[in-house]
Amino acid sequence: MKTGARTLIEALQREGVDTIFGYPGGVVLPIYDELYDSSIRHILVRHEQAAAHAADGYARASGRVGVCLATSGPGACNLVTGIATAYMDSIPVVALTGQVPTGLLGNDAFQESDITGITMPVTKHNYLVKDVADLDRVVQEAFYIARTGRPGPVLVDLPKDVTTSQVKSGGTVPKTVSLRGYQPNYEGHVRQIDKALDLIARAERPLIYAGGGAVLSGASAELLEFVETAAIPVTTTLMGLGAVPGDHPLCLGMLGMHGTQSANYAVTECDLLLAVGVRFDDRVTGKIETFAPNAAIVHIDIDPAEIGKNKKVDVPIVGDVKAVLQALLRRMKKRGDTANWVARINNWKAQYPLGYSDDDRLHPQYVVEQLSDVLKGEGIIVSEVGQNQMWTALYYTFTKPRTWITSGGLGTMGYGLPAAIGAHYARPDMPVVDVAGDGSIQMNIQEFGTVAQYDIPVKVVILNNMYLGMVRQWQELFYDRRYSYTELPPVDFVKIANAYGIEGLKVEEKDGVRGAIETALAADGPFVLDFRVEREENVFPMVPAGAAINEMIGVRQR
Amino acid sequence: MKQHTLSVLVENRAGVLSRVAAMFSRRGFNIESLAVGTCEEPDMSRITIVVNGDDGVVEQMMKQTNKLIDVIKVSDLTARESVERELALIKVAAETGPARAEILQIADIFRAQVVDVGAKTLVLQVTGDISKIDALETLLRQYGIKELVRTGKIALLRGPKTVKSSK
Repeated sequence: MKTGARTLIEALQREGVDTIFGYPGGVVLPIYDELYDSSIRHILVRHEQAAAHAADGYARASGRVGVCLATSGPGACNLVTGIATAYMDSIPVVALTGQVPTGLLGNDAFQESDITGITMPVTKHNYLVKDVADLDRVVQEAFYIARTGRPGPVLVDLPKDVTTSQVKSGGTVPKTVSLRGYQPNYEGHVRQIDKALDLIARAERPLIYAGGGAVLSGASAELLEFVETAAIPVTTTLMGLGAVPGDHPLCLGMLGMHGTQSANYAVTECDLLLAVGVRFDDRVTGKIETFAPNAAIVHIDIDPAEIGKNKKVDVPIVGDVKAVLQALLRRMKKRGDTANWVARINNWKAQYPLGYSDDDRLHPQYVVEQLSDVLKGEGIIVSEVGQNQMWTALYYTFTKPRTWITSGGLGTMGYGLPAAIGAHYARPDMPVVDVAGDGSIQMNIQEFGTVAQYDIPVKVVILNNMYLGMVRQWQELFYDRRYSYTELPPVDFVKIANAYGIEGLKVEEKDGVRGAIETALAADGPFVLDFRVEREENVFPMVPAGAAINEMIGVRQR
Repeated sequence: MKQHTLSVLVENRAGVLSRVAAMFSRRGFNIESLAVGTCEEPDMSRITIVVNGDDGVVEQMMKQTNKLIDVIKVSDLTARESVERELALIKVAAETGPARAEILQIADIFRAQVVDVGAKTLVLQVTGDISKIDALETLLRQYGIKELVRTGKIALLRGPKTVKSSK
């Protein structure tokens, strides 16, 4: 005989779990007791939200399922923002929560919350395990659901009596999971694929719009081969950065609200849009009616519900991006002549480069450029949310998938530091840098405690402008510079870091940037860099909310 | 906007109805009626949902419903030959006298059954499609409807075709 908690740990080991991010509490005591001498590493965070983000960061950096653990009630509720973050970006996470004993369920018992009810809209699926006999099956299904099809978070709620009760050991676990209500389709329909190839052969101005789906499906090699074979330029979403090398001649960088001019013009002018693992999010499309107005649209996605959700498409292909791209490459007989189109795009790229004032002041974009120049793609960049995120997306050159970790769909401030912790455990061989703002870093700054305790060599680059910068930017542009509650008093982040036993440096001059970054990266342990940047720098170019994406403000012309 | 009847085959498990209903609600899809019960398979239930929406919206409703892990199959019965029925119980004021006789006459025309007789009220049970029940309700309103309950529409395809697990 063995306990439910023991059963759980064994089930997690069968799934290959090596790390759990968590926080103990009353009803998870049996689980923590089993973890005490288990081979699974447990990282004690300082707030359950960070456990969920760390599991998410672990999943994004590795492609494996991230796991977090929290107690019932407040512990479980604190996971919710992290679960919702993972859900919006289709990240495979399994969240384990303790629950009050089954006999007390529904009684408003101490630290009871209906976490399966609460997380229903932000999980791919969830379970309340009421019988220890179901535990093996449920854990196996949870991991299977999280990582297959369109990935996403799955929550498993574990009442205390389930983890303490005894179950017969030596039970067999089925090799494969079979769920009659869940059978994702991986192979695209051949007839649809040929239809797409026919459009590709005839297109004069084709464009690929690639997103997080390309990264999730591990399709970078296929995507690059497709781009080069078909000679079709490619723009990526925020989530798709790194899916193709950002410095590739056919890559236009990011599109959308803070996209490059060349990318947004290309979308508006193209006659064929190949949407690859994307969901036509409003931050990408701007005014949806004028998004790719002249184009036939091919949409490749594993989730049939994404097809036609926001934009009518001409050729839907339901399938895994990797499998569909392989089929497209295999079946491609003829490609269109795109030379004129590529030349036109190259003109846009030359004419409308990204840029900021070239002077002696400390611009945040410069910090990101220097970071990019020092790391040369050999690192994992995590961001918080806001201006720091957009500057990193625009000014850092991502050349590999899974080296860019950011909360795209939910836009969760406070995501970066805990996600960076998770990324480190997924890829201990890679330097991990969290690019933050002074606003977002303070949303989970308690995780300096976790970083210090385990000596996690995460580098935190704070672009400190003493504002909630993105909101301030909107107030400047659309609310007559009325900076309502967006100014933050100065904080000495180096002192805070030092208080946790973490090294730090404050940088106020442009010529100190490079050296500071090199110092931080050379340090063995964690490091905090507090860059006092230009306070009212804006993220440009920008598409105002509701405008067409070729109607940008703050544009530069050479 | 057109009315659609969706037949949804689901796992017979705790919380499935709330998953379906919550998804409709959070995505802003309106439910006209919903009926749920056991079906031919002991471990499955069948939900019949009547919704309003243009074709694109209904397509989204079906795809999003289908995404739920506990949903086995979703079919739109609207464009297909199907039998659709609803049942209503109507408690109508019926003092002895001519009104009572009239109500009984109306019930007879609608093939409604009297399932309870009180001194001052009658309870009628009627089955049929939605418009038939609407019509009876309208006619009885003049006598005073004290209480009314409808099951929501249930439907099955005509002929040998079935909405079965094939997902």
